[in-house]
Amino acid sequence: MIVYIIRRLMQAALVMVVMSVLVFAGIYLIGDPVLMMISPDASELEREAVRKALHLDLPMWQQYLLFVNDALHGNFGKSFLAGQPAMGLIFERFPATLELAFASLVLSLAIGLPLGVYAGLRPHTAGSKTIMTGSILGFSLPNFWVGLMLIMVFAVLLPDLVPGWPRLPASGRGATVDVLGVKLSFLTGDGLLHLLLPAVTLSLYKGALIVRLARATAREVLPMDYVKFARAKGLSERRIVGVHVLKNIMIPIATVSGLEFGQTVAFAVVTETIFSWPGVGKLLIDSILLLDRPVVVAYLVIIVFFFVALNLVVDLLYSVLDPRVRLESRAT
Amino acid sequence: MSRIGKLAAAAASALVLMSLSAQAQELKIGIKTEPSSLDPQFHTLNPNIQVAQHFFDALVLQDENLKTKPGLALSWKPVGDTVWEIKLRPNVKFHDGSDFTAEDVVFTYERVPKVPNSPGPYTIYTRAMKSFEIVDPLTLRIHTNGPAPLLPLDLAALPILSKKAMAGPAAEGKTSAELNAGNGLVGTGPFKFVEWQRGSRIVGERNDTYWGEKPAWKTVILRPLSNNTARVAALLSGDVDLIEDPPTTDLAKLKNDPKVHLDRAVSNRIIYIHLDQHGEPPIAIPDTNGKNPLMDKRVREALSIAIDRKGIADKIMEGVAVPAGDLLPYPMGGTRKDTPVDPYDQAKAKKLLAEAGYPNGFSITLGTPNGRYINDLKIAQAVAAMWSRVGVKTEVDAAAPPVFFKNRDSFKYSAYLAGWGASTGELSNALKALLATPDRPKGMGTTNSGRHSNKAMDAKLEEALVTVDDAKREALLAEASKIAIQEGHGLIPIHFELSVWAMKKGLTYKGRADQNTLAQGVKPAQ
Amino acid sequence: MTVALEPVAAKPQTPFQRIVSDFCENRLAVFGLVLVVLSIFVAAAAPLISTQNPFDIAGLDLLDAKSPPGTMSSDGKITYWLGTDGQARDMMSAIFYGMRISLFVGFVSVLAALAIGVVVGLVAAYAGGRTDAFLMRIVDIMLSFPAILVALILLSVLGKGIDKVLIALILVQWAYFARAARGAALVERNKEYVEAATCLALPPWRIVFRHMLPNCMPSLIVIATITLARAIALEATLSFLGVGVPVTQPSLGMLISNGFEFLLSGSYWISFFPGVALAIAIIGINLAGDHLRDVLNPRNLR
Repeated sequence: MIVYIIRRLMQAALVMVVMSVLVFAGIYLIGDPVLMMISPDASELEREAVRKALHLDLPMWQQYLLFVNDALHGNFGKSFLAGQPAMGLIFERFPATLELAFASLVLSLAIGLPLGVYAGLRPHTAGSKTIMTGSILGFSLPNFWVGLMLIMVFAVLLPDLVPGWPRLPASGRGATVDVLGVKLSFLTGDGLLHLLLPAVTLSLYKGALIVRLARATAREVLPMDYVKFARAKGLSERRIVGVHVLKNIMIPIATVSGLEFGQTVAFAVVTETIFSWPGVGKLLIDSILLLDRPVVVAYLVIIVFFFVALNLVVDLLYSVLDPRVRLESRAT
Repeated sequence: MSRIGKLAAAAASALVLMSLSAQAQELKIGIKTEPSSLDPQFHTLNPNIQVAQHFFDALVLQDENLKTKPGLALSWKPVGDTVWEIKLRPNVKFHDGSDFTAEDVVFTYERVPKVPNSPGPYTIYTRAMKSFEIVDPLTLRIHTNGPAPLLPLDLAALPILSKKAMAGPAAEGKTSAELNAGNGLVGTGPFKFVEWQRGSRIVGERNDTYWGEKPAWKTVILRPLSNNTARVAALLSGDVDLIEDPPTTDLAKLKNDPKVHLDRAVSNRIIYIHLDQHGEPPIAIPDTNGKNPLMDKRVREALSIAIDRKGIADKIMEGVAVPAGDLLPYPMGGTRKDTPVDPYDQAKAKKLLAEAGYPNGFSITLGTPNGRYINDLKIAQAVAAMWSRVGVKTEVDAAAPPVFFKNRDSFKYSAYLAGWGASTGELSNALKALLATPDRPKGMGTTNSGRHSNKAMDAKLEEALVTVDDAKREALLAEASKIAIQEGHGLIPIHFELSVWAMKKGLTYKGRADQNTLAQGVKPAQ
Repeated sequence: MTVALEPVAAKPQTPFQRIVSDFCENRLAVFGLVLVVLSIFVAAAAPLISTQNPFDIAGLDLLDAKSPPGTMSSDGKITYWLGTDGQARDMMSAIFYGMRISLFVGFVSVLAALAIGVVVGLVAAYAGGRTDAFLMRIVDIMLSFPAILVALILLSVLGKGIDKVLIALILVQWAYFARAARGAALVERNKEYVEAATCLALPPWRIVFRHMLPNCMPSLIVIATITLARAIALEATLSFLGVGVPVTQPSLGMLISNGFEFLLSGSYWISFFPGVALAIAIIGINLAGDHLRDVLNPRNLR
């Protein structure tokens, strides 16, 4: 097991190198960062000075070697735009994004899983038909639309029309507490209030996906021999569902939850923008559009490591959830 | 009404009053873009400049219409062709209590070229300066490289730092990173810096010893809310008190909202279309047998009068644009009151095209950035529809800004839509960048990617740039603009953006032509 | 439901007849199918049933911009039944034309991404070892690569066009399917039937695609149908950034995001009707798809 984890982490290092090369080449192909940042009043001389200062006058491969050299010393370069270390800018905002992604995942699992399993167990009741049709709304409504509607209803209209209705905050992150130097907002009441609307917005799509996945796999599992056997043995329905069915539908749920969690952490841009959430997604998009290469490279290198690690966790979960899945490779 | 009812009403009104006065202490502003740095010499970027003006003053200030007025300098005058003498304001204190003197000014200007890794250096404002001479603590002489009639405008762009607070081991004193953390961020401005949480808020506190008019707010909080619709929602829900730049689509609704007040101002930003005039063969015009129709003045005029500027201003800009015939609105430096706006006349446009030898028109590509200027893509689409109606089949090529700039600068568009805000508030800045014959080492025509060239205009402009007398210079600029635009149709001005601020009832803001949002300008209504 | 509970085998049926009759048992599914057919019809017949060609910009008159539903055009020729957008496009015609692009792009990209993803995922799960590690690390890279960056790179290298949107969408989406397919296949790989097949010395491709694949499909189909909505939205984002369909020829997704900014302002129809049209298509596909999956699944036979 340990060997397996170490091998995966070594692969992660390789993947990070590949990623940095791709981003370097990609940004180079898109355009000139200096054009994006310098005042258009500047003369050619002043432009050259900026290029030189940021090493953009060197050939691509030399720029990359400079980056590698710095990276080996634990320095991923300074943001062109902010003049500060890119890693610092990213880590400053990471807690906010992780918090949001985690909250939305918990919310969608807490709601999606029970509803989905229920719909799978009793596919022909009116309740489960409502659940299934309702879940379609969860993903056919665009994300930004849902977010905006939630703001309009819970932060503007309801408190205006209904006296005494609490006004939910529509933007930003609430009060934070310092835990080991990391600012966390979900430990304060104000922080939770601010978290509510964006987390609900994000969890709608995920929740719908989990409902449908849980139902489909539950229906798949129910006719299986071992469930029939468990029934025949006279096990309680609760035990059959809670242990035998649930255990068998967890692999697809774990896969998709992992994927969705990763996608939210990396790219929750739309929700972050609409709720002015000070997370990394917004930083990434701004940096891409301004061609702020150090930030983009640093960010994606972190994210790709994060994905490798996340998928490692999911793979480890597989073997916990279903002992038949062997992680150690059989062919080497 | 019972006594209890009256009591309750009184209590309620007392509560309202209390909450009003509590609110009057704090002002929350939703800004569109967060600054990239708090170092006022790091990046010539509007959001940075705007935030710096809360904490710092420059020697020269600009009023709402960008006319210069005394700031930390009481007066300035040329004392010879290449020397300016500046009298400084006495008894001004920095936020840390130390005195403001000429030493601080010299330190500030000398720091500019030392700031490392600046992506948009402030050297564009110090390039005219050669050396400094401190006559006495409140008198400074600046020696320039050649005549520098626009020096006061350069001074207006350079906020003054405290030499004492900025002391540090680095060549530039306190580094940009230290300033971002608030270390050394000591100015003379109307607000003292409190904190900056990136992505979340910038907080300032009233400077009670400010030399000028003291701001109405004890605390000011600037919150970056970049999404247009979210910014409006934050205002409506009371998360913030004032927002800049509400989207044009929401203006009608905001105007009718009894809880909201709008203020607006004509800005210095022109939205224009540049046409490729480099010669032959044309760029992306496939059906003219290698001839470039845009070289013909009649064709350019036809394209200009084919545009329904009023329709765009009303329908797309929701009234927050003024049709333009020049690069800056009257009465900014060098503009004339009677400058005509090209009239909308499709019949005449068709006639002009026929006269120029294109009775059936031709095909053209109109490049536009997407999301750089207010409604840029929508304007381009509308223009494309209007041009197509007179026979010039127009395809809109929209791209994200980095790709747009690359394409523009490598001459991929036969025509492109862009914007320009002349921060100096006078014409030489815009003419130099957009219409002067391109000569990049000299800083001429740096953004003239249509490669328009007109020797008569160049001559007038160059003469103006060394004319110290304000009235004479402005007359020369007016002539240059007439030659290049109203007569030569070197580019097609569309409109000036109107800047809008939306705030809750009970506040007012005197809008600024440079589109900056300054908390010191926000007042409770009388 | 009380519909049709008679024994299935009243008279001999071909499998196809069985599927059809099973499918028709569920009124909701039939309703879904009607919606799908309607959407496809509208998309296919757009030029015939539209009152205006919304892609012909010379035909647009800014004077008519943002007309509410039911307004006559200023030249009195047509009625804007669903109003017009900010560029004076007739919303109804624009929806018909936009549906074409969105459905085409959505279906093609999801199917292609599914196909690529399934192959990669199954091969990785079956082969294991280095092949698995290699393929999954590529997947990790693709998953971490933001769609906008992919789109911008493609835009500056290849230029624009609907084929580039497809490439971008497939590039962005296949990795998701690969990961999901591998997860499902890892479970299948160690089941008895695969061992049995291996003992029979069946060729690996046959084991993977004839035996393992069908057992992995249920969860993949769920993800695919849902991803369709996401792909259509993503296409809108990419087109908005300038890669892909020209802005003067908006897809359904673009119509919705263009209308987004009008949501608060009262001109609700600019975003609302395209939204409804998209929702109809998506709901139809999922209602029909849900039931179709149940009907096709041999295990769910009663």
